[in-house]
Amino acid sequence: MASALINVPATAKRGDIIEIKTLMSHIMETGFRHTVTGEVIPRNIITNFTCRYNGDEVFQADLFPAFSANPFISFFTIATESGKFEFQWIGDNGFQETASASIAVT
Amino acid sequence: MTEPDRSTRRQFLATAGGAALGAVSLVHVGSAHATPDTMKAAIRDVVKGATVRPGKVKLDVPPLVENGNTVPLTVTVTSPMSDADHVVSIHIFNEKNPQPNVGNFYLSLRAGRAQISTRIRLADTQTLTAIAKLSDGSFWLASADVVVTLAACTEEAT
Repeated sequence: MASALINVPATAKRGDIIEIKTLMSHIMETGFRHTVTGEVIPRNIITNFTCRYNGDEVFQADLFPAFSANPFISFFTIATESGKFEFQWIGDNGFQETASASIAVT
Repeated sequence: MTEPDRSTRRQFLATAGGAALGAVSLVHVGSAHATPDTMKAAIRDVVKGATVRPGKVKLDVPPLVENGNTVPLTVTVTSPMSDADHVVSIHIFNEKNPQPNVGNFYLSLRAGRAQISTRIRLADTQTLTAIAKLSDGSFWLASADVVVTLAACTEEAT
């Protein structure tokens, strides 16, 4: 099963710029590799990543086969209010995973 | 009597070897790779005719990587991230992977800092290009050369 690693600071001051690190376990099969018998291994990648902060989209990414396996993405956002970050990964073969993290803003 | 036999065997081996080499190079020709031209086309798709100026963007990537399967990469754009002047998106391209696109990152005004990090695959020693789109519609770019000793993407699966 796919699993996510999320790193969000547990607390922050209002207005702080915080870094969010995410990692989703996924093979990210490029679709350009062949087996020893010469057959193409079909593509199986995550194609889209979204981060929502209390429901508002704050970051999005399109992923291509050039992403490493277990894609790692880190980005920044301003801590505006206490609440929840929701992360979503969507990919080939109906892949869909979500994760969330809470933050307390003072 | 043995002499002609040997020479035919040698000829046969030479021909077989040549054929094998031919087959190998055919495989390489057959596997489509992005070229600087396809990268330019992919960039054109993103900027849609706008001029792309060098500057504002910083592309941090190790100059020499041993393993092309995970190359750490950070793109930082100098921007106040204010209502009037902020980064809308960051796009990363490569020259020699099978596809020219690496990733598109869409930042919001709430990013605070225009910086993203990720890990990518590189199939060969090549030049990477990062392009940032600002809120005023201008495009800025940075390039970086990376030497790769062990290539990713196209190796045979075991």
